[in-house]
Amino acid sequence: MASLEDYGEFETAWCPGCGNFSIIKALKQALVKSGLAPHQVLLVSGIGQAAKMPHYLRCNCFNGLHGRALPAATGARLANPELKIIVESGDGCSYGEGGNHFLAGLRRNIDVTMLVHDNQVYGLTKGQASPTSGEGFVTKAQPQGAYSKPFNPLAAAVGQRISFVARGFAAEADHLAGLIAEALTVRGLALIDILQPCVSFNKVNTFAWYKERVYHIDPAHDASDWQAAMKLAQEFGERIPLGVFWRGGRMAFSDHFPVLQAGPLARQGTDYAALNEIMRKFV
Amino acid sequence: MSRDEINILIGGEAGQGLATVGQGLATVLVRTGYHLVVTQDYQSRIRGGHNTFALRASVKPIQAPREGVDLLVALNQETLTLHEKELNPGAGVVADAGLTCGLAPCYNVPYAQLSGPRYLNTVALGVSSSLLGLDREAVADGLAKFLGKLSPEMAAKNQEALAAAYAHAAANPAPFTPLAPPAAAADRLLMTGNEAIALGALAAGLKLLAFYPMTPATSVALTVIAHAREMGVVTEQAEDEISAINMALGAAYAGAPALVPTSGGGFALMVEGISLAGMTETPVVIVLAQRPGPATGLPTRTEQGDLEFALHAGHGEFPRALLAPGSVEDCFHLAYHAMHLAEKHQSPVILLTDQFLADSYRAVAPFDLSGLAPVKAGGAEAGGAEAGGDYERYAITSKGISPRALPGLGRALVVSDSDEHTADGHITEDLSARAAMVDKRLRKLAGLTAEVLAPIWEGPEEAGTILVGWGSTRGAVSEAAGALRAQGRSVAACHFRQPWPLRPDQFLSRLARAGQVVMVEGNATGQMARLIRSETGLHISRQVLRYDGLPITPEFILRALGA
Ligand SMILES: Cc1ncc(C[n+]2csc(CCOP(=O)(O)OP(=O)(O)O)c2C)c(N)n1
Ligand code: SF4
Ligand SMILES: [Mg+2]
Repeated sequence: MASLEDYGEFETAWCPGCGNFSIIKALKQALVKSGLAPHQVLLVSGIGQAAKMPHYLRCNCFNGLHGRALPAATGARLANPELKIIVESGDGCSYGEGGNHFLAGLRRNIDVTMLVHDNQVYGLTKGQASPTSGEGFVTKAQPQGAYSKPFNPLAAAVGQRISFVARGFAAEADHLAGLIAEALTVRGLALIDILQPCVSFNKVNTFAWYKERVYHIDPAHDASDWQAAMKLAQEFGERIPLGVFWRGGRMAFSDHFPVLQAGPLARQGTDYAALNEIMRKFV
Repeated sequence: MSRDEINILIGGEAGQGLATVGQGLATVLVRTGYHLVVTQDYQSRIRGGHNTFALRASVKPIQAPREGVDLLVALNQETLTLHEKELNPGAGVVADAGLTCGLAPCYNVPYAQLSGPRYLNTVALGVSSSLLGLDREAVADGLAKFLGKLSPEMAAKNQEALAAAYAHAAANPAPFTPLAPPAAAADRLLMTGNEAIALGALAAGLKLLAFYPMTPATSVALTVIAHAREMGVVTEQAEDEISAINMALGAAYAGAPALVPTSGGGFALMVEGISLAGMTETPVVIVLAQRPGPATGLPTRTEQGDLEFALHAGHGEFPRALLAPGSVEDCFHLAYHAMHLAEKHQSPVILLTDQFLADSYRAVAPFDLSGLAPVKAGGAEAGGAEAGGDYERYAITSKGISPRALPGLGRALVVSDSDEHTADGHITEDLSARAAMVDKRLRKLAGLTAEVLAPIWEGPEEAGTILVGWGSTRGAVSEAAGALRAQGRSVAACHFRQPWPLRPDQFLSRLARAGQVVMVEGNATGQMARLIRSETGLHISRQVLRYDGLPITPEFILRALGA
């Protein structure tokens, strides 16, 4: 059985007070609770403050390009069906630069756990508007305030009926750990959008701002009721729901490939007799 | 009287099914034992637009397309108008009874009387085969093979149309010199460059292919996909080329040998991913099937305009290899080689082909699969079972290649990073560690250089003239050199099948000794000549360049040389 110590403790480059600290704590808790050893886990990230996370715990890690974590994770998933794959990145990386991949990932229902540290801002590049920044969010790059309407990732995800859609909050690490642990059991895409206050560059959506608004989804909510989930996913403003919005039953993407039932591709051989037959058809 | 060689041009509108006539004829010719080179010239439209399918068949080995037409099969009037002037002396023309051939020796066939409208292609095939002197049984056999599984009724209708065509030709003999019988019915396959690339990659143990459709690369993907289940390959049409290469890198990191076929525009989108492959030292093979640019360019024509782009694509400095097959056989062998090279040197390898070679059907001897072995991802250390927690993905080594463990296959924790990293893969701002990592990565170039495939030479060692080419022009350059030697001139050919890295010891002194060196390239600025100059100082000022979208032919080279 793995312990918290197995996942290590590292110095980070995050600002004191950053929401990322409790997210990493929650992730480690969830991994331990899930009985996963570090070598069974692959963290795939993009670029950003959130995307540095894989460097701060012991596990396999592919820290790729800004916006491209999901495709890399998809490739790794299709190469090795046995790894627990977690995609870890920011709102800009996941929904902005990687927007097309996010849409495709929702359509595929690719079987990875996607944790989006949603601070509603670009942290690493020092505070420009992100796809989830509120309308009118003022930055040096958006001095008149952001003009565009924020993207609603949860509604998009519920809309595509992926396997699991939830929202967590960095200030509620235990609750978040529970969500992550459940997500790790899901076949198909599990998305957790995590409210992650950025103390340095988002002076609007602060810990206090979120705390005033968040509430836990009524336990009576039926997460298999799509209409109800969609309705909840619309709610963001005066009140912000936390918890599991939707549990779907869609087929996991990698289940479309019978070859993956035989395990990691790296362990599989090449059938030269079959190839010879194929070649012989070219006449 | 018979001829040893023939150039057949089938022309028509897209959607008229000229590829059916062409591929049917190609199948029959190859099965009968002829050597074959096919050039497809099509416009980027599914219906409408003038398309041609040119077959050069010979009893002797051939390597390149030729100009001039000996038999023109016209499916519409436009074909006659456009190609009449290309007819060689003694040429024949096969056309529907309603079409007018001008001065050409026209063999009008009443298609409509001979079959139903759906079988016109088969009639055209039948009449052409009969003029070529091909045995009807062999043609019937080849047609059945080519058409594959059809309803018994459709198959019968096709055979009836073929019989009617032969009967018509017998009753109306044409003054046309047929093909000499082939030397011997040899064991040959018929395939395009792209199909051969797919087979070569499969032979190397390809396990994951990701792509976004783009002419002329798509058929590499489609060929793999058609056999993916049998060969245990995972394939995915990605949402864009950026995703395709990042998927490939994720898969390769996890131990699946990966391939991404694309053309210039898609390759442009992959550029950051190529840089990521360089930084994370992840093996990946990119097939770059070139077409004329910039931008969308001429989507269905050919060019060799992306050599410098492929060489420099990706920010930062890291080693890579470029391979450029010169024939369909070479497509197979270099695709196989590319997959192994990428894994061994943990680097991106780019296979440069182009529309001409991608779509060119050739008769090839079956590839010898004995002795081939699949890429073993992670090499002997696969899994890194022993490495445990202390494993360093980027351990500094004298050759620059670090033992590659695979995540999840052992206890090693495999940390790969696009940031500059320490030996254990973690992000660093330590500038001396940075410099050490740059050196380590660049040391891999020496290993790649040691394995460079030497240029292929033909002709005299001490030549008056050396024609130099790379990639798909190999056949044309070789035949042009041969034609000049036949005129008594001292001409050699030099073909680069690996444009990068370059090893001057493999070519420089021989080029420098020649009376003159002529570079032959399918681009407007002489990119390979520039590369040779920058690497060796040798200035190849005489250049034969083609950039009108058509393939380089031996005649094109000879004309340019005034020979
Ligand atoms: C192709 C590319 N474009 C831009 C950048 C610069 N960049 C790095 S992180 C980032 C945004 C980060 O925002 P987010 O993903 O929300 O992560 P956060 O830092 O807020 O956690 C940008 C624009 C980059 N690294 N690569
Ligand atoms: S900039 Fe914001 S997101 Fe980044 S570490 Fe600091 S507080 Fe956290
Ligand atoms: Mg952010």
